[in-house]
Amino acid sequence: MRIITHNMLKCHVKNCTDPNKQFPLRFKDVQLEQVEAERNDEFLVRMLPRLDWPALLKTSKELGMGLPESIPENPGEDEEFLQAVHTFIMETHVKEGSMVCDGCAHEYKISNGIPNMLLAEHEI
Amino acid sequence: MGLPTPDTSHLCNPKYASVYEPAEDTYLLLDALENDRAELQHLRPTICVEIGSGSGCVSAFLGQVLAPHASLVLSTDINPAATEATRQTTGHTPSDAVFEQCRARFVQSLVPRLCGSIDLLVFNPPYVVTPSEEIDVTQEASAWAGGKNGREVLDCLLPQISQLLAPNGRFYLVVIEENRPQEIIDYLSAQGLLAQRVLQRRAGKEHLSILRFIH
Repeated sequence: MRIITHNMLKCHVKNCTDPNKQFPLRFKDVQLEQVEAERNDEFLVRMLPRLDWPALLKTSKELGMGLPESIPENPGEDEEFLQAVHTFIMETHVKEGSMVCDGCAHEYKISNGIPNMLLAEHEI
Repeated sequence: MGLPTPDTSHLCNPKYASVYEPAEDTYLLLDALENDRAELQHLRPTICVEIGSGSGCVSAFLGQVLAPHASLVLSTDINPAATEATRQTTGHTPSDAVFEQCRARFVQSLVPRLCGSIDLLVFNPPYVVTPSEEIDVTQEASAWAGGKNGREVLDCLLPQISQLLAPNGRFYLVVIEENRPQEIIDYLSAQGLLAQRVLQRRAGKEHLSILRFIH
């Protein structure tokens, strides 16, 4: 799982309803891997408005990875910015670990690089 | 020149025994996507989601249809063997797409975050008419058992479609006649989607169709 996907995952346990705590999920005991990938600036710029930047920033701090505080005015021309975003959302893979909801403490496991967002019957 | 069908030969591995192998319904969906290739390239989807990706054949093909444009292709399935198979299939498909997998039912956990943000949504649902009790009884059954009218699983998703799609977003759906396609078309048309049966084919006793909905 790349960080780009983590930026889209939210806790969906039935009685967990505080939107400020359900997202982003907090990483716990994660094993990360950097996998080099070709940077596609056109795609990154298209993706920017679809990202939740504050959530992404929070996650980057949690993992101790650098990311600018905000999206610059002309992101497509900002080499340093594009590289930072690319490295974080496209090249950073989570191999193992879990994602914890700050609202209900539910833990979603990531195993062999694939997150398990399924819930038991009583949690839905 | 036709696009190659993604290689899913690794499905012969026993660990993928519960994964639905590409069949006529899969190929009809591939054909529909390929027929719309020019329009899809023009749309240039940023976020694509395939629900119930199974072997990953359709997700991988989607990456090829959109090439050379990059896109995030996010595939969900409830069966861990299917998410694994999808990763393997998409992993060796030449494409500029970014393939990601997530074990989830429909788009659970992706909503509401992705509401109004899915440019392309694809679903080949469990459409076979079966007793309701057969739905999800095994991982294998979850790929095809559709309950009453083969609609019980699909009907859980339909009310969400119009909220999920981005402006100009599209939804491609596989159905058989028993699923009452016209009823689905009427339902989603009433929600403001432009609905059309874009392809149909008879395969054995199944009369398959691809429905396309545009937001």
